[in-house]
Amino acid sequence: MIKRIFVLLAILGLILMFLPFLRDFDFHEELGELSSKYVEGSVNDLNTQNVVTAVIVTYRGLDTLGEVTVLFLATAGVGFLLRKKKTSKKSRKSSELLQTGSQFLFVLIILTGVYIFTHGHLTPGGGFQGGVLITTAFLLLILADINLKFNHTILLFVESLSGVFYVVIGLLGVLLIGMNSFLDPAILPMGNFGKVLSAGAIPLIYSLVGLKVGSELTTIIDKMGGE
Amino acid sequence: MISIIIIVLGIIMIIAAFLAIRLKNLLAAIISAGVISLLASVIYLMLAAPDVAMTEAAIGSGLTTIIFIFTLKKIRKGDLDD
Amino acid sequence: MIFALILGFLLLIIGIYGMLTQKNLIKIVIGFSIVDTGVHIIIVSIGYIRGKTAPIIDASVDIKNAVNAVVDPIPSALVLTAIVIGLAVTALMLSFVIKLYQKNKSLSIDDYQELKW
Repeated sequence: MIKRIFVLLAILGLILMFLPFLRDFDFHEELGELSSKYVEGSVNDLNTQNVVTAVIVTYRGLDTLGEVTVLFLATAGVGFLLRKKKTSKKSRKSSELLQTGSQFLFVLIILTGVYIFTHGHLTPGGGFQGGVLITTAFLLLILADINLKFNHTILLFVESLSGVFYVVIGLLGVLLIGMNSFLDPAILPMGNFGKVLSAGAIPLIYSLVGLKVGSELTTIIDKMGGE
Repeated sequence: MISIIIIVLGIIMIIAAFLAIRLKNLLAAIISAGVISLLASVIYLMLAAPDVAMTEAAIGSGLTTIIFIFTLKKIRKGDLDD
Repeated sequence: MIFALILGFLLLIIGIYGMLTQKNLIKIVIGFSIVDTGVHIIIVSIGYIRGKTAPIIDASVDIKNAVNAVVDPIPSALVLTAIVIGLAVTALMLSFVIKLYQKNKSLSIDDYQELKW
């Protein structure tokens, strides 16, 4: 009884803390100073159509590196906690229709995922969305045949090499251009506005991020779900 | 127009949030949480953020629901109620 | 707009209420996921400007005048990272729940009293 009263008092306190924020909030009518600098920089300097991609890869590149590190730590934690025991229980094999259909759809979903993360600077999308689509393709294979075993060595190599190449490309920017341009996309030619092979190294960096996210999420799903 | 859609979807989301917390059957609670993420993805599209809408639709109502259901499967087959 | 902000705060409060009162471990993790969704809606709704369009500069947005025609791109970039991190943290919490169940065979938080003094 006392506990319920305390919980209600805590919720009421939270509401009272949020009310002044709601009352005095007025929305902007035009872009702030930093946002205008990012929008103009992405049109003039970087030749990128998708401004959010330019912000994530170039202007806030170190935050993306930190996010990739946090994902790696979470995957390592899940992999350490859920080691597989040797269960000798065999479940029933799924039907012919399910197996053939899932193999056909697997190729199509991987193709869509690769399209989304290579065109990340032209259309809405990018590395994170493409990586999640690749994980969904592997999830389809696990759900169709529960006894499927993945080759963990290939997943390990893809994930580690993507992370290493991401940092190497960042350091190449420092070597080739100057001291303050870690992860500068000007190390490759800029190209025309609106073509696929434009915007410097942004498609390359985002593809590496997409592969890394996809392989890490596949490892998490495999550890939690597969037998 | 945009405000009306956000109000209608918001009411459905609040009802789904209450159901996700109060239902006794764990499977129904997990599906309600998936419905919240799906409607949030539509609201992100109304607020002019298409990248966020794509990511939330794939992760929130796809992968999060699946890892909850895998957890239920590992916990033992007979324990679906409270 | 103001309705999305109020919706985000309501989801935050319902999620925290769920985390404080429920006894089942999986319901607590569901409450955490609802709090996450609420906070993301609040952040994205701060960057919205009435009447402008998405921050992608293709054939329908004038290149010379792009600063006056797009929504703020910075909150979208922050929330994109936060959604993926939220999924990874939820997966880690659920693997903790699995290990706790394998040790004590119970899903109720009243049976894990070793840290109370």
